Amino acid sequence: MQATRDFSHYVKHLGSGVAHIDLAVEGISCAGCVSKIERGLSAIPDVTLARVNLTDRRVALEWKEGALDPARFIDCLVELGYKAYPFEAVTAEAAEAENSRFLLRCLGVAAFATMNVMMLSIPVWSGNVSDMLPEQRDFFHWISALIALPAAAYAGQPFFRSAFNALRSGNVNMDVPISIGVILALATSIVETIGHAEHAYFDAAIMLLTFLLIGRYLEQNMQRRTRAVAGNLAALKAETATKFVGPDEISVVPAAAVKAGDIVLLRPGERSAIDGTVIDGRSEIDQSLITGETSHAAVKPGSAVYAGSLNISGSLRMRVSAASEGTLLADIQRLLDHAVQVRSRYVQLADRASRLYAPVVHATAFLTMIGWLIAGASVHDAIITAIAVLIITCPCALGLAIPTVQTVASGAMFRAGVLLNSGDAIERVAEIDRIIFDKTGTLTLPELDVVNSAAVPADVFELAGRLALASHHPVASALARAAGAKSPLPGITEQPGQGVRGVLKGEEVRLGSPTFCKADDLANELLSRDPEVSVVAFARGEKRYVFAVCQSLRPDARAVIAALQKRGVAVEIVSGDREPAVRAAAEMLQIPEWRAGVTPADKIARIGELKRQGFKVMMVGDGLNDAPSLAAAHVSMSPISAAHLSQATADLVFLGNRLAPVIAAVDHSRKALRLMRQNLYLAVGYNCLAVPIAILGFVTPLIAAAAMSGSSILVMLNALRARPLPQENL
Amino acid sequence: MEVIVFLVPLALLLGLFGLLGFLWSLKNGQYDDLEGAAWRAISDDDETQAPRRVELRSESRP
Repeated sequence: MQATRDFSHYVKHLGSGVAHIDLAVEGISCAGCVSKIERGLSAIPDVTLARVNLTDRRVALEWKEGALDPARFIDCLVELGYKAYPFEAVTAEAAEAENSRFLLRCLGVAAFATMNVMMLSIPVWSGNVSDMLPEQRDFFHWISALIALPAAAYAGQPFFRSAFNALRSGNVNMDVPISIGVILALATSIVETIGHAEHAYFDAAIMLLTFLLIGRYLEQNMQRRTRAVAGNLAALKAETATKFVGPDEISVVPAAAVKAGDIVLLRPGERSAIDGTVIDGRSEIDQSLITGETSHAAVKPGSAVYAGSLNISGSLRMRVSAASEGTLLADIQRLLDHAVQVRSRYVQLADRASRLYAPVVHATAFLTMIGWLIAGASVHDAIITAIAVLIITCPCALGLAIPTVQTVASGAMFRAGVLLNSGDAIERVAEIDRIIFDKTGTLTLPELDVVNSAAVPADVFELAGRLALASHHPVASALARAAGAKSPLPGITEQPGQGVRGVLKGEEVRLGSPTFCKADDLANELLSRDPEVSVVAFARGEKRYVFAVCQSLRPDARAVIAALQKRGVAVEIVSGDREPAVRAAAEMLQIPEWRAGVTPADKIARIGELKRQGFKVMMVGDGLNDAPSLAAAHVSMSPISAAHLSQATADLVFLGNRLAPVIAAVDHSRKALRLMRQNLYLAVGYNCLAVPIAILGFVTPLIAAAAMSGSSILVMLNALRARPLPQENL
Repeated sequence: MEVIVFLVPLALLLGLFGLLGFLWSLKNGQYDDLEGAAWRAISDDDETQAPRRVELRSESRP
């Protein structure tokens, strides 16, 4: 049965006979790739648009509807040397892109208004000490008002909305003092302008918004970028299912297009993208991504198969079930919901600062007014001075202090292979003193690997690898991958459940189970040394060889564990796998604390116990069974190969085969937290200098503007120090 | 000094043109791929047109 590929799920119809598709492409890295892809795709007749987005690593394609099959673009990209897959933006990403554009629009408006108001303010400031007529000054103030008021009303929306939401739920966040400061500054300025006064603060208010919007935009952009990369990786995992569209007609469709009740085919070596029940066929499946258990489970008609299971030996026909039908999944979902609720809402550093800050500032302003009234000033002068205090303390630098560091630090972590799912993860990672690792797929590599390749002659290894290409069995695929085999041998036949055989230069070659290759003694010898490995045997003529295949530890796992312990972070393993396997890994990595055969509920219990002892725990795990504990931990991390639900729950996601990103995340976060604190001190220190001047009533708009930009630039420059970090060789 | 009565509005008008230009370029998707734009500037190829923005709504599918 040859399957057709059906990508119609992803095609958007733009009207006027044009179809559109977005493809996530792996391996675009430079301008050369951009023009190569665009030229290659544009050469296909009827393609009206092929445009690469290098930031998001995606291609947008448009063509005359009905003229082309989208699968052709993928083939074309494969010919050009790129792996591509149709991409569907999740709603969260689309909303974030829209938000980012809105912030940029606000920033544009605020920056335009600042420039023009400053153009009017500077003549007023210099004119006040020379020969400017009061009428001219009023004229300039009114024009400033004309620009600043609509601009602030538009560009201030992000702050006003957030402040309003916080107040309505009885909270105070950084946006509350910002909004109060801006609104009061504008209102006073209007009153002062009507009263023909010397000073108006339109410039200060709009400049404050501009600086704050820069911080907001940077923060938003960082989140959008990491989400785009994560979205691409999810698309490139190519979650497809082979669906029956007729009695024996099959079609490869995206997992999102499969509905409950559909019948799908799961061939050996394929990972199931859906949950279902077996209706025909027998096989063994590897559920390590779901339960952490590395030994295989037998399935027969009636058994449940969860998304993420790897089919080992036989073809299965499955009926797709609705997502929550499975008992295990329903169980995990319930634990996860509970953990998310229980997770005490972490209060971000910025909000903690503003909770302290807002009452102090507002009290200072109030006391200033009272003080001036007692000292005999007029009510008007007392109010103006109090408002000057509010304007000068408006947390411009404070608003920038944390987003700028977050942006720079997340950029540095991005280069180290760590993606942030949540913005406050940096602060929480910096605080941890204990890490719980899951074993399967986290400390070990997600893929199987040959562990005794050094014991086998290189030419035998290569030949066995080429032979292995003929089999779909996951152990054989691991062998082919390890040997780097590219070209399969001709004339190979597969004997289901046993292995593959063929003839090479008159000699028979076999690859498969030890019995099939008559290599039981060798296999038993290997198994007696390490009972955890899967053995695959190779026979050529009379010669026999055996390969040990298992999920090996990540290459730098031991060094990373040692480095973490050196940093004062305690490490333990909590795994759902059997005891011997966990003990072996713990001994190899020199981790004294480990637990085996742990259920998802017990994992949460262990985290709760550590929490009560006062530890800040980071959970690193990949399985579906880890998802609840990922949510329960203080902060959590997943490899990119993790199950969907776990990856969505984790605060950080790391890429690649190495464990080093865990160290990078800890180091960068600790440094970033230090810089955030420094920045807060800088911003508060500036206020300590400026507030007495304001209380005494000496603040002119010029001083307010200079102080505001000065402190903001200082904070931004300090944030740039989050970038470099001495490299440690692991 | 009466000259400022029309010079100042003129300056504002020019500024407003700048803002409109910025908003237009934003709407046109010119800030969607800053990294790619940097490379395109030095490539010799003919420019391909920027893609239309596609709204992500499910009803656009058949």
